[in-house]
Parts: sequence; C-alpha cells; structure tokens
Amino acid sequence: MTLPDMARAPSPAPARLDISDQGTATTLRLTGRLEVAEVSLLWKPVLRAARKARGRQLVIDLSGIEVCDTAGASMLLEAERVYGGTAELLGAHEKIAAVLDLVRPVAAPPAARPRAPTQTWREVFAASLTTCTAGLTYLGEVVIATIRLPIRLRMFRFADLARTADQAGVQAIPLVLLLGTLIGLILAFQSLVPMRRFGADIYVANLVSLGLLRELGPLLTAVVLSGRSGSAFAAEIGTMKVNQELDAMATMGIDVMTMLVLPRLIAAVLIMPVLTVIMDLAGLLGMTLVLAASGIPPVAVGNQVAYAVVPLDFFGGLFKSALFGAAIAAIGCRAGLSTGVGPRAVGLSATAAVVGGIVAAIALDGLLAVLFYRLGL
Amino acid sequence: MENIIEVAGVTQTFGPRTIYRDVSFTVAAGEIFVILGGSGCGKSTLMRQVVGLLPPSEGSVAVLGQDMYANDSEILAHIGVMYQSGALFGSMTLLENVMLPLEMQTDLPTEARLRIARVKLGLVGLADSADLMPAEISGGMAKRAAIARAMALDPPLLFLDEPSAGLDPITSAGLDQLILDLRKGLGITFVVVTHELASILAIADRCLMLDREAQGVIAEGDPRKLRDDSEQPTVRAFFRRQVLHPA
Repeated sequence: MTLPDMARAPSPAPARLDISDQGTATTLRLTGRLEVAEVSLLWKPVLRAARKARGRQLVIDLSGIEVCDTAGASMLLEAERVYGGTAELLGAHEKIAAVLDLVRPVAAPPAARPRAPTQTWREVFAASLTTCTAGLTYLGEVVIATIRLPIRLRMFRFADLARTADQAGVQAIPLVLLLGTLIGLILAFQSLVPMRRFGADIYVANLVSLGLLRELGPLLTAVVLSGRSGSAFAAEIGTMKVNQELDAMATMGIDVMTMLVLPRLIAAVLIMPVLTVIMDLAGLLGMTLVLAASGIPPVAVGNQVAYAVVPLDFFGGLFKSALFGAAIAAIGCRAGLSTGVGPRAVGLSATAAVVGGIVAAIALDGLLAVLFYRLGL
Repeated sequence: MENIIEVAGVTQTFGPRTIYRDVSFTVAAGEIFVILGGSGCGKSTLMRQVVGLLPPSEGSVAVLGQDMYANDSEILAHIGVMYQSGALFGSMTLLENVMLPLEMQTDLPTEARLRIARVKLGLVGLADSADLMPAEISGGMAKRAAIARAMALDPPLLFLDEPSAGLDPITSAGLDQLILDLRKGLGITFVVVTHELASILAIADRCLMLDREAQGVIAEGDPRKLRDDSEQPTVRAFFRRQVLHPA
C-alpha cells in the first residue's frame, strides 16, 4: 500500500450517498470509500436521512463501499442510533463487517454525565478552614525548623543560601534601580503639578521621600521579589516534588524545611532590606532629577529630605521589607511544596506564589501601619 | 505482501559518535514489526527517523511509498505515533486529546468528532475514562489513551515507542493483546520499539535487533527462531536473559 495507491481510490467518486424511498423502506446507498475524509462530508446528510426514516424501515446498502474505517463504522452506527431501531446493513463485505463488529460494542452513546455536586456553604467554610489550618501548620513547621536549625546545621545548605541571595538579590538590582528611578520620577512629577499651584514645590520632597521610605519602597521591592523569586521558589520546589525528589529527601531522613525552605527564607530576609535601600535611593534620585529640572537645586532637595525624614521612617521601612521577604519566601516555598500532579501543577503553584506573595505583603503593610500608629512610631 | 516501510542504508551520527550505520529493513502491510535491542542501541532514534522527526545522516526512509523527508506532510496524516511517555496533553481530558487530531486534520462536525473519539477510547478500553485528565490516570491507561490518540485518524500504520515500559506484567499483556486485536480487526501495521522480551515474543511477526557495540543490525527475523536458533552471542544472551561476558 502506498500513498499514490491510497490517493487512487478504488472507486472513481470519493464517496456518494443516494437516498431512495420504496414502499415502507428508505434505502441509503453509499458508494466509494468510507474513511475520515469522506465521513466529514457524509456525516450530516446520512444522519439527517436516518432521522427522517423513523417509522419506516431503514436499509443501508454498503455493497458499493470498498473501504470502511472506524470513522465510517462510527457514522453507520450513529445513523442506526438516531434512526431509533435496527437498520438493515446490506452488502457489507467481510472486512467492513469485521470493522463494524469491532466498533459496535464500544459505540454506545456516552452515559449522561452526573452533574457536579454543588458545594454548600458549610463545605466551603470547612475547605477554607482546612486551608487556614494547613497554612498555620506550615508556619509552625517553619518556626520549629528555624529553632532546630543549630542542631540540624548539616542539612542546611549555605551554597543554596548564597545562590538564592545572588539570584533573588544581586541579579535583581538593575530592575530595582530602574523601577525605583521611574517611580521617583513619576511621583515627583505628578505631585509637582498640584503643589506648584500653591507655591509648595519644595514640599514635593517631603511627600515623595516619606512615601518612598515608609511605604512604596518596601512594597515595590516586595512586588519585584514576589514576581522574580517567589515564583521561582515555587517552580523549583514544585518541579522537585513532581520528580519525587522531595520523597527521596524524606526517605533519606532529610528535613525538607531545613534543606529547601530555610535557605530561601533567610536569603530573602537578608536581601530584602538591601534591595529596599537601593529602591529608596533610586526613587530619591528620580525625584531629585524632576525637582532639579523644575528649578530646585539638589542641595535644597537634600536638606528638605533630611528635615522631613527621621531615622525611624527609614528603619521602619527596612523592618517591614525584611518581614515582606520572609512572607514572600515562605509563601513561594509553600506553593512549591503543595504542588499537585501533572504539567499544569507547577505553573499553578508559581502563579499562587506570586499572587499570595503580593497579597501577603500588602496585608502585612496594612497591619504594620496600624501597629506603628498605635505605637506612635 | 507489499512493503509499507522501506529503510535503506540509514546511518545516524551525532558529531563524532556513530549510533548505527547502514541499517536497512522493510515492513510489510499488516505486519507487527519490532525494533529491539539493549539500552542505548538507537531503537528510539531509528523510530524517530522513520516517523520523520530526525533526518538520517545517510540513507533513505520511504513510508507508504514516499520519501519521508521529501514530502512528509502528506504522509504524517497516514501514520500514528505513540511516544514512550504517552505525551498526552496535560491540559486536556482524554477525550479532548483524542479529538485533537480530528479537529486539526478533518472537517468532521463536532458531534462526529466526539462520537469517533469515544469509539477510539472504547477500542482501547477507556470508554468510561473519557472525561479524566491525564494526571488522574495510571501509566497503563495513559499508554492506552496515547494509542487511541495515535489511532484517531485511522492510520494504516502505527508506531509505538516502548509501549510496555514501566507497566506491570498484566497491564503489559493487556496492551499486547490490544495490539493484536487492532491488527486483526482493523488491519493496522505496527512498528513497535521495545526490549520487553515477553512482549516481543507475544506480538512480533518479525524483529530487527540493534546492538550498540556493533553500531547496527545484528539480527533480523522471527523472534522465536532467533531465540531458538541464533548463534550470535548478543542475540542469544538477549533472548535467554543471560549475562553477556566480554570476549
């Protein structure tokens, strides 16, 4: 059998359907080849004719069919089904009969799919509670692993810590510089327009520097860390889980928390304040550029910032950023550890890590704002 | 019986490394032809060459009378391939996996595609699993689903890469029986790459044995005869599950 042979169909016409009504019988006479390509053309007319023949006798004449594959057989059996009775299949030669015999037992229409049960509020609540409990358990495991770190130091990989600090920290510096400068430029420019109307140009420095050091610097750095590294933690650990590397660690008596989670968590806590300082400085630079362009000398801007910002603003921001780093790393690792099965699972974990990291950073920021206010900081 | 595959003088090298040289064989229509050999001998590489994924360094591959590398697009609609891992698309149900080639290559109405895909899944014993995702099924089921997908367009020629790998003996025997049933019922020609001895003896009409040391074919013919009569040390060791001591 060759392709030219296959193209030279045994019958000159590729496929044909003739319908004739004689007495109480409707006869569908099929000729030519009955393969996927022909079935594409014949499916609807054949089924329509079969449906129309309800209440009459249906005869399907296959004597003109040279070749029939499972697609052809499926069409014939579907025609019989829509007819609603047993059609008389005439003239099917041995090979066609064999294909029909093979397909007939498996051609039954699918059973109606049961409707997915709807969840009750109680079930939704129970599922949410389980998720919260799992999250708290994980948090507890992280705390215990941290406390036990001195006695499990051999499981702690300093090389992993250094690699994570490099990937999540050093390699993020250009992006942080760019974003910081742009944010400083934009904030200063947008503030300058209304402030100038009141002759308060110089107070743009107060506004932007306070906003950057206390809130935006740590938050934007957290977004960068979550997007760049939280997802990477989830994908890396998730892939390890899919490849059963985590199982291998467990059977070797290695604590996954100590070996995988803590290096990433500690690295994130260490690098976040550094990245935040870089973000703050870049933002202040951007602001200074805008103000300088509007006629305020950089020295005046510097003095104004020194007057407006107290050390607590700066160090409060750094404290927050360290907390954000811990939250983002913990959530990223948690997403990786809870990766499901299948190729989509790792992608879903990475997405969950990014979203969870950003939401956690913002929620923590809100909590800390209230706390700082209560403490009078 | 006419030949459906003709491989002539095929050599494959990767840089300075020769995988095999001067491999020639033919496969007749309706035959179950097994490519076998030890790990690393180039079985899967040879299959990739025959299905048009890897042009040979030298030699020619003709499938269904046409040079595989001169006009592959036409031939690809007439062959089906099951990969070692199953290669099912993880984001689709089994039914959607089987429907995909019908959707891409034919003008069948949706209802027809659904019915035909369900028939294919039924033929491999997965009618009740049509709505499951690949991640939810066992390795044996994944291989069956991959065969159903390979059969979606009713190709006259199916290639199976390691269908029994990683399966328990019962599932593996079930898969062997499925291959025999499909050949008997639909007249499909099979080219199977495997080193599972039980499968080879159960299904193969003819086999071709590759060897890494010899960098090519060391035996060809009926596997039962090779098992009983071959004097070639590697062939004897392979079929009798013996340790091959270096000369």
